[in-house]
Amino acid sequence: MVLKGKAWKFGDSISTDLICPGRYFHLRSNLPELAKHVLEDADPQFASSMSKDDFVVAGNNFGLGSSREHAPTIIKLAGVSAVLAKSFARIFYRNAINVGLPLVECDTDKIDQGDELEVNLSTGIIRNKTKDIDLGAQSLPKAMLNILNDGGLVAHIQKHGDFKLD
Amino acid sequence: MGTLAEKILSAKSGKDCSANDIVIAKVNVAAFQDGTGPLGVRQLQKMNITKVKAPKSIFFLDHAAPSPRRELSNDHMLLREFSKQAGAILSEVGDGVIHQRLVESFAKPGDVVIGGDSHTCTSGALGAFATGMGSTDVAIGMAIAKTWFKVPETIRIEVNGKFQPGVFSKDLILYLIGMIGADGATYKALEFGGSTIDKMSMESRFVLSNMAVEAGAKVGLIASDRVTREYLKARGRLKDWRPLAPDMDANYEKVIKIDAAKIEPQVAFPHTVDNTRPISSAKGKSVSQVFIGTCTNGRIEDLKIAAKILSGKKRATDTRLIVVPASRDVYLEAMKLGLLATFVKAGAIIMGPGCGPCVGVHQGVLGNGEVCLSTANRNFKGRMGNPEGFVYLASPATAAYSAIKGRISDPREFFSAKVKKKKNSKPRKK
Repeated sequence: MVLKGKAWKFGDSISTDLICPGRYFHLRSNLPELAKHVLEDADPQFASSMSKDDFVVAGNNFGLGSSREHAPTIIKLAGVSAVLAKSFARIFYRNAINVGLPLVECDTDKIDQGDELEVNLSTGIIRNKTKDIDLGAQSLPKAMLNILNDGGLVAHIQKHGDFKLD
Repeated sequence: MGTLAEKILSAKSGKDCSANDIVIAKVNVAAFQDGTGPLGVRQLQKMNITKVKAPKSIFFLDHAAPSPRRELSNDHMLLREFSKQAGAILSEVGDGVIHQRLVESFAKPGDVVIGGDSHTCTSGALGAFATGMGSTDVAIGMAIAKTWFKVPETIRIEVNGKFQPGVFSKDLILYLIGMIGADGATYKALEFGGSTIDKMSMESRFVLSNMAVEAGAKVGLIASDRVTREYLKARGRLKDWRPLAPDMDANYEKVIKIDAAKIEPQVAFPHTVDNTRPISSAKGKSVSQVFIGTCTNGRIEDLKIAAKILSGKKRATDTRLIVVPASRDVYLEAMKLGLLATFVKAGAIIMGPGCGPCVGVHQGVLGNGEVCLSTANRNFKGRMGNPEGFVYLASPATAAYSAIKGRISDPREFFSAKVKKKKNSKPRKK
């Protein structure tokens, strides 16, 4: 599957508090409304200015902090096609796969704000069309690829009745 | 031959495993709080699961306690109704913070504990493989009483020596996180040991495990020993105790050695937990609000230290002081010991057991540009309900002493003054 869109650049250490602020705690049972505030404390313009299929592109340790699954859920709900980062925090990584949000670990220094990207999830190749370069990416572990391919953890368990990881 | 993580996951998966293996492990405790529970319940409903299977399936109402808004009251209703119908345990508003309640009454050495809250790693101090996960993972764990793990590599943190008076386990963990960074242990286990840890109280140990996730770790484990036994015994849970230690020839990814005597009181500056510096670099910073509480430092030991410092003193005029006992039992004990009276006389406001202002949901939201010195575990931008606020993290001693001064202040001054006083006092005539 090839995803196409524009890059929205963020820095290092984007916590789940920045992605899904605690002051909107009361909106957690109203995900479409919560999604209007996605990444608000990292970039207040992002939610209103992004287009469907754009990419979130960040530095190290994306998604650190709170285990709130609402964070990857509202990134996906907002229409982001994938998150590209140099590295991801552990709980966020697992949550994103569980809810079916693709994550790509790659050298994001070679991507700038607004660059046009093509991300091939099967080959793991990221094409930066603006800069005319290809970037390699770390592939997902097999266990997680199985869950993502089934459409997330709920679909995975419904399909197999148990974890089927190898 | 294994680390604590490898030994627990081997026992729970029924096969000898080592770091980087993928295992499916039995789940003893699956827990949610009120911020992550509703999404978990909806996932279970989507799968038509009406009964929970994990031996201890628990919902804790602690983040919005009591609820400040009708949306959250409705979330609470959903959790109450589901637990009743599905056979889960409900921990009501006022019972306390999930992690404090888990160590008091539910988690035990050798358990696998999963929780829809990142600080679930707190129970690692009891020798439980306890880790935070998202709502869907915990929901499935609750439903089928198992989950999958990649067995983590372990970083051994070997701490020896004695803390200076005025330095506590909070300073040690802030110091460590400052050293290795917020992603210094990502995907890995931290295992704390050494003579300092051996002699440390269970309550101080919880602080270390609680903040393991702030270095990115999956778990923060401590061997189950006599201190663990005494803690569980005092809680009427002696039957839950069993010894558990890593093997002598366990393989560690690395070993970090720390001399406890060299650590100064630490302060984490906004807006990341690893932005940690010795207190000298924060000294004199004006503080609008001091917050003592949370799953990190809202236990009786913490309140005792804070009360000792605040006894007979007043908070500074321009510094508000909020104290939140972590659980109903802590609240009762603090009442019995007269600590609450000390706080109230010092100008504090006491809130009911729960997360309090830590997560920015209610109770003590910061104003624009205001500074909070907090004993919590996180200082991310927006954490206390306002992205224009600034949160500094420190120990209960630093927090209490700073509340009196109105500025971030070194609690060693208080402790050394006490020593001097003792030395200067003349022996009484018989």
